[in-house]
Amino acid sequence: MHIPDGYLGPATCGFFYVVMVPIWAIASKIVKRTLSAKQVPLLAIGAVFSFMIMMFNVPIPGGSTGHAVGGVLVAILLGPWAACIAITVALVVQALLFGDGGITAIGANCFNMAFVLPFTGYYIYKVVSYGSSVSSARRAVAAGVAAYIGLNLAAILAGVEFGLQPLLHHTADGQAMYCPYGLNVALSAMAGEHLLIFGWIEAVVTALAIKYLQKQSPELLREGEI
Amino acid sequence: MKTTNKLWIGIAVMVVLSPLGLILPDHLKAGSAWGEWGSEEVKKMVGYVPEGLSKISMLWNAPIPDYAFKGWEEKGLTQLSFAYIISAAIGIVVTGALMMIIGKILFKKKE
Repeated sequence: MHIPDGYLGPATCGFFYVVMVPIWAIASKIVKRTLSAKQVPLLAIGAVFSFMIMMFNVPIPGGSTGHAVGGVLVAILLGPWAACIAITVALVVQALLFGDGGITAIGANCFNMAFVLPFTGYYIYKVVSYGSSVSSARRAVAAGVAAYIGLNLAAILAGVEFGLQPLLHHTADGQAMYCPYGLNVALSAMAGEHLLIFGWIEAVVTALAIKYLQKQSPELLREGEI
Repeated sequence: MKTTNKLWIGIAVMVVLSPLGLILPDHLKAGSAWGEWGSEEVKKMVGYVPEGLSKISMLWNAPIPDYAFKGWEEKGLTQLSFAYIISAAIGIVVTGALMMIIGKILFKKKE
């Protein structure tokens, strides 16, 4: 889901940077207000966890690969705004150091994976786990459902961003300038493989992590409230 | 043990296991992620390299491209797995440090 350089036109890249700058600013403000300095190490672990889980490429035999983002878990533990910052840091390091995701696409990639994914996941988790106790099974299920929907929504958005490019930018003879595949192909590929496979990875990892934390560190599940 | 220490151990285990993210796709003949192809691959698929794509894709020269050392593209899986682990280690140090610095700045202003 890391859109590389050259797949999105300047209009799309610029648009998502413009959208993300105020989100990053608000996120910094809210994190400053709601978290404390002693949660910074946990925030660092969140960013590093997201970085690491994205290295686990899951293959579709004979096809493509994909991965989880871990962002819904970070959002459940620290709140969606903190997750936004943590995932942004992971995505920026991936783009700059490892060429994973384009530098022109950092705005778009962060919108999908560091904004839509943790926020969707966080609020679905809140709704599904509403009124449940910290140790209840419903919490783990809620985390899995939230992770599945969060990752898929991010993938669908990436599909839309890819798929709009041939409409937005093409040469006089109809050749695409950037991503060569239109909405029908891009959207069905991105949505299909995430709904069928990668979404489940995010769901299982998130649910298991919550189950583990319920036993080992239940205090973490009481934090992250806004 | 402190919770954060336990979680860091979990991260260390992930680093050691990370080559699975390289080896499994290789064994199951899975290619790039959708939309993350190089110019050559795009040319094979659609018959041409889109003009903007060929220009902008060259914009940034990452120091450790695709979690492998430069010039190691032709190396075997063992070396690539080694590079993958080193990349993971560098990645977590840089990501963790950056996040700690941002945290320091955020909470310093508060006092």
